Amino acid sequence: MGRYVLRRLLQLIPVFFGTTFIIYALVWAIPVDPFAGKCGQRPCPPEYVAKMRADFNLDDNLLVQYIKYLGKLFTGNFGQTFSGVDVSTLIANAYPITIRLAIIALIIEAVIGIIAGVLTGLRKNGFLDNLVLISTLFLISLPVFVTGFVLKLLFNVSVPNSAPFFDLIVPGFVLGSLSMAYVARLTRTSIAENRRADFVRTAIAKGLPGKRVVGVHLLRNSVIPVVTFLGTDLGALMGGAIVTEGVFNIHGIGGLVFINIQQQQGVVVTGVVTLLVLVYLVMSLVVDLLYAVLDPRIRYE
Amino acid sequence: MGKRKMAAFVAVPAAVALLATGCGGGGSTAGADNSDGAVSIYGTEPQHPLTPGNTNEQGGIRVIDELYAGLVGFDPDNAKPYNLMAESITSSDAKVYDIKIKKGWKFHDGTEVKSHNFVDAWNYAALATNAQINADFFSQIQGFDEVHPDSKDAKPTAQTMSGLKVVGDYEFQVTLKAPFSVFPVKVGYEGFDPLPDVFFKDPKKFEQNPIGNGPMKFVSYTPNQDIKLTRFDGYQGQDAVHFKDLDIKTYSDLNTAYSDLQGGQLDFLDLMPPAALVGDKYKADLQGRALNTTLIDIDTIAVPYYVPGYNNPDLRKAISLSIDRDGIIKQVLNNAYTTANSYFASSLDGNVPNSCEFCKYDPEAAKAAFTKSGFTGKLTIASNSDGGHKEALTAVCNSITKVLGVSCDFVPQTSLGQFRSMITSHQATGMVRSDWSADYPSIENFLNPLYKTGASSNDSTYSNPAVDKLLEQADSTADKDGAIKLYQQAEALIAKDLPSIPLWSEKGTGGYSSKLSAAKLSWKRQPDLSSFRLAS
Amino acid sequence: MSDPTAASSGPALDQGAETRLDDSRKQDKPRSLGSDAWRELRRKPAFTISLAIILLVVLIALFPGLFSHVDPNAADINHARQGPSGQAWFGYDVQGSDMFSRVIYGARASLLVGVLSTIGTVVIGALVGIIAGYYGRWADSVLSRFADIFAGLPFVLGAIVILMTFNAPGSNPGEVRIITQVVLSIAVLSWPVAMRIMRAATLVAKQQDYVKAARGLGAGPMRIIFRHLMPNTVAPVMVYATIALGANIGAEATLAYLGIGLHAPVVSWGVMISDARDYFTVAPHMVLFPAAFVSVTVLAFVMLGDAVRDALDPKSR
Repeated sequence: MGRYVLRRLLQLIPVFFGTTFIIYALVWAIPVDPFAGKCGQRPCPPEYVAKMRADFNLDDNLLVQYIKYLGKLFTGNFGQTFSGVDVSTLIANAYPITIRLAIIALIIEAVIGIIAGVLTGLRKNGFLDNLVLISTLFLISLPVFVTGFVLKLLFNVSVPNSAPFFDLIVPGFVLGSLSMAYVARLTRTSIAENRRADFVRTAIAKGLPGKRVVGVHLLRNSVIPVVTFLGTDLGALMGGAIVTEGVFNIHGIGGLVFINIQQQQGVVVTGVVTLLVLVYLVMSLVVDLLYAVLDPRIRYE
Repeated sequence: MGKRKMAAFVAVPAAVALLATGCGGGGSTAGADNSDGAVSIYGTEPQHPLTPGNTNEQGGIRVIDELYAGLVGFDPDNAKPYNLMAESITSSDAKVYDIKIKKGWKFHDGTEVKSHNFVDAWNYAALATNAQINADFFSQIQGFDEVHPDSKDAKPTAQTMSGLKVVGDYEFQVTLKAPFSVFPVKVGYEGFDPLPDVFFKDPKKFEQNPIGNGPMKFVSYTPNQDIKLTRFDGYQGQDAVHFKDLDIKTYSDLNTAYSDLQGGQLDFLDLMPPAALVGDKYKADLQGRALNTTLIDIDTIAVPYYVPGYNNPDLRKAISLSIDRDGIIKQVLNNAYTTANSYFASSLDGNVPNSCEFCKYDPEAAKAAFTKSGFTGKLTIASNSDGGHKEALTAVCNSITKVLGVSCDFVPQTSLGQFRSMITSHQATGMVRSDWSADYPSIENFLNPLYKTGASSNDSTYSNPAVDKLLEQADSTADKDGAIKLYQQAEALIAKDLPSIPLWSEKGTGGYSSKLSAAKLSWKRQPDLSSFRLAS
Repeated sequence: MSDPTAASSGPALDQGAETRLDDSRKQDKPRSLGSDAWRELRRKPAFTISLAIILLVVLIALFPGLFSHVDPNAADINHARQGPSGQAWFGYDVQGSDMFSRVIYGARASLLVGVLSTIGTVVIGALVGIIAGYYGRWADSVLSRFADIFAGLPFVLGAIVILMTFNAPGSNPGEVRIITQVVLSIAVLSWPVAMRIMRAATLVAKQQDYVKAARGLGAGPMRIIFRHLMPNTVAPVMVYATIALGANIGAEATLAYLGIGLHAPVVSWGVMISDARDYFTVAPHMVLFPAAFVSVTVLAFVMLGDAVRDALDPKSR
């Protein structure tokens, strides 16, 4: 297992280079001059555009630009925005908030989703099953800007700039609501499938109490697809919370990445998203290790 | 002649004193009443460093307006210019201006504002190697071409403009290349604000902690969150503020900002979300704390002459006559706009109502003109989709289709950058949105940059030698009324050619929270902080 | 496979022969999985209802003219944002266009985008996932890390690059072209989740005795993957897919909002929902009706997926 973890950690290196390069190249590939819209209805002074392009190495070819960027990055310099703000400041401001928000969303969707999934999975096609199905679908088909706004007004939520944990519960619920449906459905299917498995019958035959059968034997064996989904979802919750962040005026990385993509600030997007991919990699390692815990038959060596 | 103009610039301290005693609890001088309250206002993320020469958009200007004070300020009610830092701006020929500044004004670091702070700041902004975004605003000053050669590759042959001369500590002289009567108004633009000596030592360091001479000083800037300012107690100007701390909060969702305004988490919002405008809902919501102003701007659609089939006066006439401006304003723009029937913002001195003969809704005349034009094909209107232009322009297209029976689609562009570079490189394939907000309140600003041959924002590539000639004549006429007449004549010619089709001007709607008892919104859609009064 | 002359693999032949034998003995009771499932399905109301809904939506998408003869793009500004009435069942939108007609005409683009991009996502994700899970080791490392990178790419960035590279600024690409591009963008950018789920299911399933048995009997990897693993691992991916269908219809709206997706004269539910954004507090019908159609369509697919999966799963009887 130790060797496996070490190997996975070593894989971070090529992925890091791959990601930074792909993201840098993608922003670079947007076929518009990032300074064309900087002066409103007027064209910008050519000297200004020339200087900015030179400052941000935009006139070099892609590879040279990328190598220059990496060179800076290895000295701990994430670069600056077009308006002279350090990207490291942006990251330091936005990441803690986003991590809090994503974790709250993840906990909410996991707890509610798994409970709903287990209950419905045990009693398939009952009243509760249909109720959960329809209410989750209602929740996911309403756009986030509607659910977010209604809940914001309902609970009179106003998130301060520091975004403390408690204030993020309602936004976290809104953010996690789509994924909650996935979690509930995935759990339900697994539970329903495993309910008649031999090991459950054996456990029941042994006379184990129902709670223990469900909690230990059934759930443990049914939860792998759910854990997989939750693991992949953390990244989406962190980077994709654009609308939720907007509705609650939370200054996280979803909005940050979105604005900087629109402004074609490659340095910002690359810095912020690369960290996001690192989170992804760590999560997928954790998930893979969890597989082995949940199902000891799974071996990686 | 130039002296006559000065009458308009005489400051009106009496009026301000009245205001100051009118509210609050018996404070003595500006800044004393309710002095220690804090106010939060809506803002957007500045796109450039916070220096006058390098800021040109709303989010940044909002901060610059408070950090710095220029020669001329504008009355929040009617946009009339008054002398702020200037003691006087005089000229006998509209070419050489003698500018005297008030004594005893200080920068936030304690150094006195002297005439060289203006001259140095202007020279810095104009010098090509400094690559400042507002450089072109100085192009009328003598010697600009030496510090800022036209060709991108040419090096400047001088470091300072020969037209700027420091006469004394509190006086300097500006010589223009040619007479330009609007110059005393133009210096009210933020790009003409002074900079302290410390800026020139290390501009990069200065940008992190800008120091100005305005009513408020810089405290902190948290990117994407807020900018904090606090009152500068040594401020001498009449637009001093009557509270202490200012928090400019960044929002990405206007509906959220509006609900925060209602909930009291935000004190001032200069823009109403569409839902709040429907049926004047915001007026009911805010109970007397709603604001209306007159912005100085105009929205048009340019009809690029290079698009095949578009260089056709009858077609442009038909399009203009087929747009139900009033209906669209009422139903889609929720009465937040007024119909444009000229090429100027309606509140400007010199605007002639209905000077654009074809800027009205006349389906019959439209059909006749369309038949006469012989146009066959499709029409499109392009705009960036990220600024909320889609609905109104789709409605314009629908109106055209309904009257003329010609197919018309709104074509979205991802970003303003993509949209503008399509226009400046003359690659538009149809009509394009072409909106204009005044840099300074003068009808000149609505003609020269837009309709002169080869002008920087001439989106339809319009060129009429007669118009060019009239504009040059008007620029060099020192007499204000005489100049206005010539600008009007130029506009009359433009209105016949219809290079772009005026649609409407935005009124400007805002509101403030119950924490304030008074607030005003300026013609630039900026909060007029000097008018803010905390409710007691 | 039931062709004995081409059979090189013993077990298949035996199985086939046995089935035929079986069939001849009890002709009244067909035992193939497919027909068994069909019998099972026909008895289920959930299946009948969901199939009816889907057929109806497909019919609307194919022949919108049957359901509404109002031009979805005809606009009368005087009706802007008016609520439902006898004249316009679903009310009017911002431009004063008939919402009922727009919902009807919007079905085609929404259904195409939703279904095709979901199929794309699942096909790419499932193939990559099952290969990564089955082969493990280097194949797994490479494919999984590749998926990690894709999962980390912001959807908006990828979509902007794809759609802007294919379309020149100011151009007005046709309906088919833009739908293809939108489908492609969504599929290319959202397969990693399906891949992860498939890989996890494969990791579990490949430890099972029947896989070991098949391998022991000399079955090749392709046969194990497609004949043995796939039927047992597809359930969670199907569950994911039915809900992702709704999410993808929403993703299309995001693209439209950015100005790179569908736009007039093409109508879609996503575009309608995104158009309602500024007005949902004063004209909720503008968001509720298209959202309800998305909801019912997704519900039908979820129910159908459920029913089919249950019917195909021999364990669930």
